[in-house]
Amino acid sequence: MLPRYILKRLLGAIPTLLILITIAFFLIRIAPGGPFDEDKALPPEIMANLEAKYNLDQPLVIQYFLYLGSVARGDLGPSFQYSDFTVNELIAEGFPVSIRLGVSALFLALLFGVLIGTIAAWRQNSRLDYALMGSAMTGIAIPNFVLAPILILLFAVYAGWLPAGGWGGGAARNMVLPVIALALPYMAYVARLTRGSMVETLRSDFVRTARAKGLPEWKILGKHSLKVALLPVVSYLGPAAAAIITGSVVIEQIFGLPGMGRYFVQGALNRDYTLVMGVVIVIGLLIVVFNLIVDIIYALIDPRIRYE
Amino acid sequence: MTTPVSANSTPPLGSSFDHAAAASGRSLWHLAWLRLKRNRAAVAAAIILGLIGLMVIFGPLLSQYDYATPHWERISAPPSMETGHFFGTDSIGRDQFVRTMYGGRMSLMVGLVATGVALVIGVAWGAIAGFAGGRVDNVMMRIVDILYALPFMFLVILLMVVFGRNILLIFVAIGSYIWLDMARIVRGQTLSLRQKEFVEAAEALGVRSWVIIWRHIVPNLLGIVAVYVTLTVPKVILVESFLSFLGLGVQEPGTSWGALVNAGAQDMEFAPWGLFFPAAFLAATLFCLNFLGDGLRDALDPKDR
Repeated sequence: MLPRYILKRLLGAIPTLLILITIAFFLIRIAPGGPFDEDKALPPEIMANLEAKYNLDQPLVIQYFLYLGSVARGDLGPSFQYSDFTVNELIAEGFPVSIRLGVSALFLALLFGVLIGTIAAWRQNSRLDYALMGSAMTGIAIPNFVLAPILILLFAVYAGWLPAGGWGGGAARNMVLPVIALALPYMAYVARLTRGSMVETLRSDFVRTARAKGLPEWKILGKHSLKVALLPVVSYLGPAAAAIITGSVVIEQIFGLPGMGRYFVQGALNRDYTLVMGVVIVIGLLIVVFNLIVDIIYALIDPRIRYE
Repeated sequence: MTTPVSANSTPPLGSSFDHAAAASGRSLWHLAWLRLKRNRAAVAAAIILGLIGLMVIFGPLLSQYDYATPHWERISAPPSMETGHFFGTDSIGRDQFVRTMYGGRMSLMVGLVATGVALVIGVAWGAIAGFAGGRVDNVMMRIVDILYALPFMFLVILLMVVFGRNILLIFVAIGSYIWLDMARIVRGQTLSLRQKEFVEAAEALGVRSWVIIWRHIVPNLLGIVAVYVTLTVPKVILVESFLSFLGLGVQEPGTSWGALVNAGAQDMEFAPWGLFFPAAFLAATLFCLNFLGDGLRDALDPKDR
């Protein structure tokens, strides 16, 4: 049943991706300027040759279908800006960086968010609860592009413990600040979600029964309640992942990480049509796949939901 | 925040109940107001928001400087009462206090206008889909689902890059994306309202659908919409700041909190005040709006009555 469900969902995502590709394609094409604009205009013959080479001399609609055809074959085309590379190669280079950043941040946000939320709900309306939820609210209110420079200032410039930026070949030291800066707002949000649903769960009958049976508190919290209380958190995972992917554009720029987000903004500014389109497609796919995973997890922990 | 709805425009349980409620002064809105007033955090948030609002409107009058004139002899000067640069100056010597206030105007305006756009589209879309039901509902919500699955931030970035930084475009771009949530919430609420007796009664009396939506459905949506609006404004401010941070938002010499944070972050090693003040204003505003939204949600929650 599960493989069929996955196949159905992936097929259902095709129209979404098609709409995304269409909007992005025509949006960037109607923009003034082109990929070969330089301070000094190129001689017309060279320009014509270049355009012919990349099919840019064809009518826009023909180009669109040519592009769709090559995307369907998995070829995202050559990059205009990095003329020795294909877009596939560039994305293969940037993708692991972005994924590592994003997955670490999501993991961190979930782990600590759930932990903090559970503790706050367990000690509801205590000073600890107020302190934790107050900090969570602050965490939500400080956008990560504000947080990142402050973290750099504190831990890299003043204290000198961690590097202020750069990839460093993927060293863990270089990942600490970007991951924290990316994760904190979502950690705070997860903490609030967890606390909210945990408070409600702790009031329910089965928890009272568990208490009456004399189960230890950690078992009631960790085993019985958490499973129910996590449902809203799981359904937040989809939007959270999309937000983290978006947020990593800024984080990559602040910390100078060689991920996909940097290619996207640079590519758009330089009218590197294929590179921009490639990043948009990969991100659209990522979101589709991630939402699918979230739905499967959701069905696994909530037996009332069945794959349809 | 007050809501411009009088007590008698919200008949929660039919009109006879409503008269009694109005007489004793305990309508939904009245109760909500009482509960909101008791919530100290929400009241404090509302007061701080009011102060920030007054400051960004009238603050520039307190300064002898304007937001655009560079003072080349006072580049990145620290905050000082004597020179009148209360928040210091930026990297080309413009007064940071006036710029922060100006940026605040821009950020708040974007927040309010884009939320307004989202409000109009979202409520109309959601109420019509929920009320019409059936195939219309299916098609309308399917459109929302598809739009929802798009990585919208990326399309907005693309839009800004492509068409240049146009403030009107920012409003439209953000507003046209943020309405999706509103439409979903309003539709859900409309579906349940549709089952209520007063809607049935109106239908039985032969009231036209548009009139039912406008007179009976929409007023009863105001509670949830009010909560949602207070939570959407900070979201929009954040999106605008995000765009401005990437250098795609407001155009120089105009500015917004996001653009100021971006500029401040570049000089933070020797002029941390350039980052601190706009960041503090931005964070305080977002913080208070979130608090107020939470307070409103609790106050309007009928379960707690």
